[in-house]
Amino acid sequence: MATAPATADLAFAKKRRLGEGGIKAVLFVCALLSIFTTAGIILVLARESWTFFREIPLPDFLFGTRWTPLLVPRSYGVLPLLGGTAMIVIGSALVAVPVGLASAIYLSEYASERVRGIVKPILEILAGVPTVVYGYFALTSVTPLLRAVIPATNIFNAASAAVVVGIMILPTVASLCDDALRAVPRSLREAGFALGATRHEVATQVVVPGALSGIIASFILAASRAFGETMAVTLAAGATPKLTLNPLESIQTITAYIVQVSLGDTPAGGVEYKTIFAVGALLFVITLGMNVVANRVLRRYQEVYE
Amino acid sequence: MTASEWRGVPNLVRRHRQSLWLRRLFKALTWLGVVLLAILLYRIARQGAGWVDWDFLTSFPSRFPVRAGIKSALAGTIWLIGLTALISIPVGVAAAVYLEEFSRPGRLKTFIEINIANLAGVPSIVYGILGLAIFVRGIALGRSVLAGALTMSLLILPVIIIAAREAIKAVPQSLRQGAMALGATRWQTVRHHVLPGALPGILTGVILALSRAIGETAPLIMIGALSYVAFVPEGPMDGFTALPIQIFNWTSRPQQEFHGLAAGGIIVLLVVLLLMNAAAVAIRHRFQRRR
Repeated sequence: MATAPATADLAFAKKRRLGEGGIKAVLFVCALLSIFTTAGIILVLARESWTFFREIPLPDFLFGTRWTPLLVPRSYGVLPLLGGTAMIVIGSALVAVPVGLASAIYLSEYASERVRGIVKPILEILAGVPTVVYGYFALTSVTPLLRAVIPATNIFNAASAAVVVGIMILPTVASLCDDALRAVPRSLREAGFALGATRHEVATQVVVPGALSGIIASFILAASRAFGETMAVTLAAGATPKLTLNPLESIQTITAYIVQVSLGDTPAGGVEYKTIFAVGALLFVITLGMNVVANRVLRRYQEVYE
Repeated sequence: MTASEWRGVPNLVRRHRQSLWLRRLFKALTWLGVVLLAILLYRIARQGAGWVDWDFLTSFPSRFPVRAGIKSALAGTIWLIGLTALISIPVGVAAAVYLEEFSRPGRLKTFIEINIANLAGVPSIVYGILGLAIFVRGIALGRSVLAGALTMSLLILPVIIIAAREAIKAVPQSLRQGAMALGATRWQTVRHHVLPGALPGILTGVILALSRAIGETAPLIMIGALSYVAFVPEGPMDGFTALPIQIFNWTSRPQQEFHGLAAGGIIVLLVVLLLMNAAAVAIRHRFQRRR
């Protein structure tokens, strides 16, 4: 009689294990969803771009210097959009890199724990402000200021958008650089001080070089965010795709073009409609490339000091 | 040391002075970020405060700025975020549980992890393109709240998964070992011990992820959220507008009054975000005290 409860227990355990397998399968599918998402993005972009490039040869797209898909005579050279986007990325880096790196050095090498505990969360609020708010700020505050200083400035201009995008990505740079600087072992700093170096010499000649790969990764990640930024550049930088080096002129970025098309009544299926997938694919490939490189650099440098 | 060697040693006074100035420069640049945030908030408060009142919250948008309000936008945002939460929280937590508690180290796990890290950096407008092609046209949901919520869910899933994994990781290993020693299966351990322990951390992460979704504009424009909506969505298949779309629409008009309305909308949006972040901080704080 002693075996009966034991077999009942066994049967119960078996049933329980079956349920367990089912649950595990469900959880697994949820984890796989991220791969489906990536695959979905790639498939959608590839399929629509494919039909686009059957009509427009790839070299005309990549190296053409006129982008007028919505006007006759139509032309599909993406360089003006890329140039506009590059101007925003470089301009925002000019704001975010010095300020972000200086903030990170100050927070990690100089500031007391108390100041750090106050300033770091405040800086991170900047990253939480919705981008449409930055667009509003650029249009109603930064642009009028620029126009007051330089009257020739266009109402829509690259400089104003670049400044607010720079403010927006500032916390990315500051926070990631701060992490990188703090990962440099204390012993390196103490060796510097023991050799008679001043605080700034230790900071700029020991700690920053020691954290260089993390710092560069933070720059790449921030640049990739600026590259894909949409609302601020749509509102403030304008909608005139043109190759120019003058940041006070109106330009158009890749993202702003995509928004412009989807706001209009472009019929689905036409070449104009397919352009958003072609430029979207370009945007995806470039930002993904930047993120992959940055994440790889980050992982490698983490291993160095661990 | 000979005289020529001494000349090579930099002047100590000069070096210390330099050090002091650099310290001031770093400090000033750090506070610059704080000052910029203050200016941003101040400008918006000044331009928009006059427009926010009860009528603003309870009126539909209008051609006449004085009569315009954000009723439909606010309702659309609540619908959108509610549905997004319903979809993304279970899926995101499940994925995190799988990666932390069930998966074995190996190529597949590394691949999924790298994939999630890279997805977190994909520009939001690309998610909009995906949503347009798959949800709006592919499975023909049209320009509905549901299509918007599905798109938003994909967008914030990486954020939720990463936060939930951190929270699950922070649950002490001894809890798992205790439960398993008493004969609990892996899932029972997770269900009754790990998840309750990780709940505050997961909640904090979820709130922060949803607050990102509230402010997202570009993917909604892509999937075709309307900018002039004089109705409140009554089901997941209805068309909708959302707060950031309404703000975008008003900002892109040339008239000064509409900019005031936009600032008013921004104030409401920022207050909602502030409340959500305060909730996240409060949850974290309570949790830390109890430990």
